Amino acid sequence: MSNEIDTQKQEVEDTHGAERTRATRVYVPKVDIYSNSEGIVIIADMPGVDEKELEITLEKDVLTLNGYVSSSLMAPEGYELVHGEYGVGDFHRSFTLPDEIDRDQIAASLNNGVLKLSLPKAPEAQVRKITVQTTG
Amino acid sequence: MFRDPVNWRDINRLRRDMDRLFESSLPRWSRSRSPKFPAINVWTSDEEGIYVTAELPGVSPDDLDISVTADTLVLNGTRKTDETDESTRYHRRERMYGEFSRSFQLPFTVNSEKVDARIQHGVLQIFLPRAESEKPKQITVQTNS
Repeated sequence: MSNEIDTQKQEVEDTHGAERTRATRVYVPKVDIYSNSEGIVIIADMPGVDEKELEITLEKDVLTLNGYVSSSLMAPEGYELVHGEYGVGDFHRSFTLPDEIDRDQIAASLNNGVLKLSLPKAPEAQVRKITVQTTG
Repeated sequence: MFRDPVNWRDINRLRRDMDRLFESSLPRWSRSRSPKFPAINVWTSDEEGIYVTAELPGVSPDDLDISVTADTLVLNGTRKTDETDESTRYHRRERMYGEFSRSFQLPFTVNSEKVDARIQHGVLQIFLPRAESEKPKQITVQTNS
């Protein structure tokens, strides 16, 4: 285990002016992002989120994740918290996608509270050489 | 000329009051900054027992080992990394991988035979029922009449 990784959950500080309608805390899901020959992969930890409670939206270049934690996993009913190390709440995070990603081929899967997003490169996203014309 | 308009004693008292207010209203997690993994929450009910919860996204039950003695809970496990090939280049690595181990002293003795643990959507919930002998008993006061 690397000590450099901060395992503490971090709360979302800015909701971009929009007021929240749910009275829960909102956290930034921890992510791993890597690229390989096929494209980009985003892996996000969203514990307590069911696939039905996960919203993934793409608006222009911004991919937004919203995960809502089911209340049954938030607190055992009739019990009192006597030792707390983490907060429970929803998840929110946005990413700006590079141009080379094929918007129509984005795939998502959620397993055991881990979201895996595959963002393949568009086939035409090859380096195009632009010849500079000289007038002279 | 240098009359201090601020009464520091009042300010300090106000700050202490504020601190107390925040400490009592906020759960304890906001104050702890331990890098322990996984973070746990402990819930109790005097009559029934203890719930220990932890967020372990991506950890399968096979990679988790839970053992309980009368008043200690030990949690061992491994979180596997994603399969990657040689073309993989990481841009961000915020998620924790590898082996983890934590042990906690429970607030009261539990019936280790009847512990129930389950993982749902990456949230571990362990229920530890309070030992019968440990449950609070109502004592009737006898009167000599």
